[in-house]
Amino acid sequence: MAEAHAALVEGATGPWEVVIGIECHAQVTSQSKLFSTASTEFGAEPNAQVSLVDAAMPGMLPVLNGFCVEQAVRTGLGLNAAINKRSVFARKNYFYPDLPAGYQISQFELPIVGEGEVVVDLADGTTRTVGIERLHLEQDAGKSLHDQDPALSFVDLNRAGVALMEIVSKPDMRSAEEAQAFLKKLRTIVRYLGTCDGNMEQGSMRGDINVSVRRPGAPLGTRCEIKNVNSFRFIGQAITYEVGRQIDLIEDGGEVYQETRLFDPRTGETRSMRSKEEAHDYRYFPDPDLLPLELTDGFIDTIRASLPELPDAKKARLVADLGLKPYDAGVLASDKASADYFERVAAGRDARIAANWVTGELFGALNKLGVDIAHSPVTADDLGALLDLIADTTISGRIAKDVFEIMVETGAAPRTIVEDRGLKQVTDTGAIEALVDAVIAQNPDKVEELKTKPKLAGWFVGQVMKASQGKANPAAVNDILARKLGL
Amino acid sequence: MSALTDLDIAAAREALATGACSAEELTNAYLEAIDGAKALNAYITVLPGKAIEMAKESDARRRAGEVGALEGIPLGIKDLFCTEGVLTTAASHILDGFTPSYESTVTRNLWDAGAVLLGKTSMDEFAMGSSNETSFYGPVRNPWRASGSDAALVPGGSSGGSSAAVAAHLCAGATGTDTGGSIRQPAALTGTVGLKPTYGRCSRWGEIAFASSLDQAGPMTRSVRDAAIMLGAMAGYDAKDSTSIDTPVPDYEAALEGGVKGLTIGVPEEYRVEGMPEEIEYLWRRGVEWLEEQGAKVKSVRLPRTKYALPTYYILAPAEASSNLARYDGVRYGLRVPGDDITAMYKNTRAQGFGTEVKRRILIGTYVLSAGYYDAYYLKAQQVRTLIAQDFQEAFESVDLILTPTSPEPAFGIGAKTGDPLTMYLNDVFTVPASLAGLPGISVPGGLSATGLPLGLQLIGRAFDEETVLRGAYALERAAGFTAKPDPWWRA
Repeated sequence: MAEAHAALVEGATGPWEVVIGIECHAQVTSQSKLFSTASTEFGAEPNAQVSLVDAAMPGMLPVLNGFCVEQAVRTGLGLNAAINKRSVFARKNYFYPDLPAGYQISQFELPIVGEGEVVVDLADGTTRTVGIERLHLEQDAGKSLHDQDPALSFVDLNRAGVALMEIVSKPDMRSAEEAQAFLKKLRTIVRYLGTCDGNMEQGSMRGDINVSVRRPGAPLGTRCEIKNVNSFRFIGQAITYEVGRQIDLIEDGGEVYQETRLFDPRTGETRSMRSKEEAHDYRYFPDPDLLPLELTDGFIDTIRASLPELPDAKKARLVADLGLKPYDAGVLASDKASADYFERVAAGRDARIAANWVTGELFGALNKLGVDIAHSPVTADDLGALLDLIADTTISGRIAKDVFEIMVETGAAPRTIVEDRGLKQVTDTGAIEALVDAVIAQNPDKVEELKTKPKLAGWFVGQVMKASQGKANPAAVNDILARKLGL
Repeated sequence: MSALTDLDIAAAREALATGACSAEELTNAYLEAIDGAKALNAYITVLPGKAIEMAKESDARRRAGEVGALEGIPLGIKDLFCTEGVLTTAASHILDGFTPSYESTVTRNLWDAGAVLLGKTSMDEFAMGSSNETSFYGPVRNPWRASGSDAALVPGGSSGGSSAAVAAHLCAGATGTDTGGSIRQPAALTGTVGLKPTYGRCSRWGEIAFASSLDQAGPMTRSVRDAAIMLGAMAGYDAKDSTSIDTPVPDYEAALEGGVKGLTIGVPEEYRVEGMPEEIEYLWRRGVEWLEEQGAKVKSVRLPRTKYALPTYYILAPAEASSNLARYDGVRYGLRVPGDDITAMYKNTRAQGFGTEVKRRILIGTYVLSAGYYDAYYLKAQQVRTLIAQDFQEAFESVDLILTPTSPEPAFGIGAKTGDPLTMYLNDVFTVPASLAGLPGISVPGGLSATGLPLGLQLIGRAFDEETVLRGAYALERAAGFTAKPDPWWRA
């Protein structure tokens, strides 16, 4: 697979290269928070999941959740990254009502995971390798609610203290498409690993985007950080807008200032949130309430040994071992649930036929219903059983499509549908002969016509099939017709 | 006044065991004494109802044959420990009305051992001070006064309410916390015993944080034996404190009689500071002799980085404090002074809620952690802290204990140093190094100054070797024979 070439953006004064880096916040899949035993479940009543530690009551102390550490290491290994056997939790100090302690416990100088890389698949079939700078663990903040009272703001601390992994990429992306593809790939990987549910709508995965532009080959330009981009579509919009803004600014003789900008989904624009001068001085220092985190080789190796097959390896295997087309393999491997579904259907069956059915009929049906594969009305086993009915010639491929539609509607098993509705393929040559004879007898003019127009044979096949309500074995119909009409 | 309050913990334990008195009687005697000692201002909150109730429960347990290590012993608790359902202030205006829904691990351990809560003792605000003058609830007066003088003196700090209460027999014993000397210095200034255990020996859970890497709870008592009894109940591993160390709690009281024969005592030349009064030098020499007379070997040791200890401490402790005290923002508990917006509310609350010394340390701490200053101050101080700990490590290769004065001077007048923070900070010059190294240290009363005020000697030991520290302290105590008591001028 070829590495992608940098896509340039044409400005009024020549081409520009776009440089993008992403800081992704991924909520760790865990029952309890990073430093407390409070639940992390989504959707609870405000302040129903707040421990004394989360509320920063006087004298309360954080205790690290070992499971979250495992999840971070698992993610690091999934990103082909170096695991730092010694890391340090640091306090990031700032005042805000949804940050009860007045500091966020994060990692600063020594994160738990160091450099790694992700291979990103692009639509044109090329790939780009995006470097990972680091991954660190940190607490989420609570939520300020400004719309509950005309004069007061309320605070919901349910999220306060929930474990996040901040995954920082290197500035290795060159277009909005690559940025989207990177985040999609990241989401695929954490879902494979089970370390984050990757749900952007619920905020369990969020990306801050660093964008700068430069002349091809020139040193890096000044970057702006875009926040509040919480869907793949918005990522595309935000980057496109921001690139245009920066190029216009420079080409008009202006200068890009380093700042944090907020994406407005209503206008599709970004606007200044705070400049570098207004940036907080977070006064990071090692958290004296927590000892440095020391990991043993045994701990890391145990996690490494339990890693699932990851998307790149799965795609390669689907191509090499099951003979799938790279495109189909990529589509299936990009979503763990789809890949699992497919592999269950393909087990002991023709993998390419299975892939066609999953990516064609099934995905089409799910798309129409607007549900994901986890909620598919057709189970993998039932789809497999349907393929078996085709393979053993119980039904034809055409009837199978009808059966599948009924399966989608009713959730019934294919064999039941075939039997209840009498869809079983007719292979009894006597019965087919009778149908053929009847069609010939009823259409003497067509028989005559056939002598000069051999293409009319297809019409006869169609008539016989119609008479059999589609159940006649098409090969048998062809044979008998050919014999009777002397074709 | 009832003679019951003259019983120290060991003696009260005996009296309760023989039935000479009940916990309720003992508690009542202390409540009366407290009531008659308002002039000392040692307590922020007195809890007569709760104390009697706890005493009655203790008596009932004793009747049922359940006797904890501190069964029926009435204690004063420094108001830095969160106590469930009881106002907890850290002597700060900003914690107005704060009543925790939880009990600190250390106090929980004490109640589990059968102790009775008399009340919450005063302290310097958020434990920042060496004289108990920074308390929002006003200065605490030392029960001791200079011979022939009526001038009020400080009881030391920050655990000055506890030291005054122990010295004036307003409790059988008290808890203190020590960040840079806050148990040992007030003990020295009040003629009492104060033990700062190894960092990690007592849980910090539920103890309001000043400087997390230094804070350590410990007992303040009338005798070394009492300190051993109390520490045994307070100490222990706590999974809720990640810096707590999981090592068994030995029988400290059993260690007392071990004697100092065969021990080597180090005397650090660097503690001979300029301007130290001759009487302190003299007491130190006497201390050396007392230990030698009981069979200890004495040798000189070097602690070359001692002179950097105070500046190091006054970078690291404020740095941690500036962050630890950020939670007092008026949003969730304590004082809230309204403002036009959130920033104004923060500013108003913190401006009115914190006293001058606390603000000073928040400012220092914020400064030393700021971008551009971090490396020069905080990082450098951390490096020096490591070197100071190394000094001790090397010294303890050839000695078992280190003997020093506790404080460079006896109790001073209220208001004498409040205008000069640096002079005030110098009071911790002998206690801060062991704090930075996380080592256990004890102050034992050694004698009286020329003006009739108590002076203390400090013994510093190896990490988690409180047993040897207590052995040495017990030997010192016996030799010193310090029996002087303050004239009870405060009694109403």
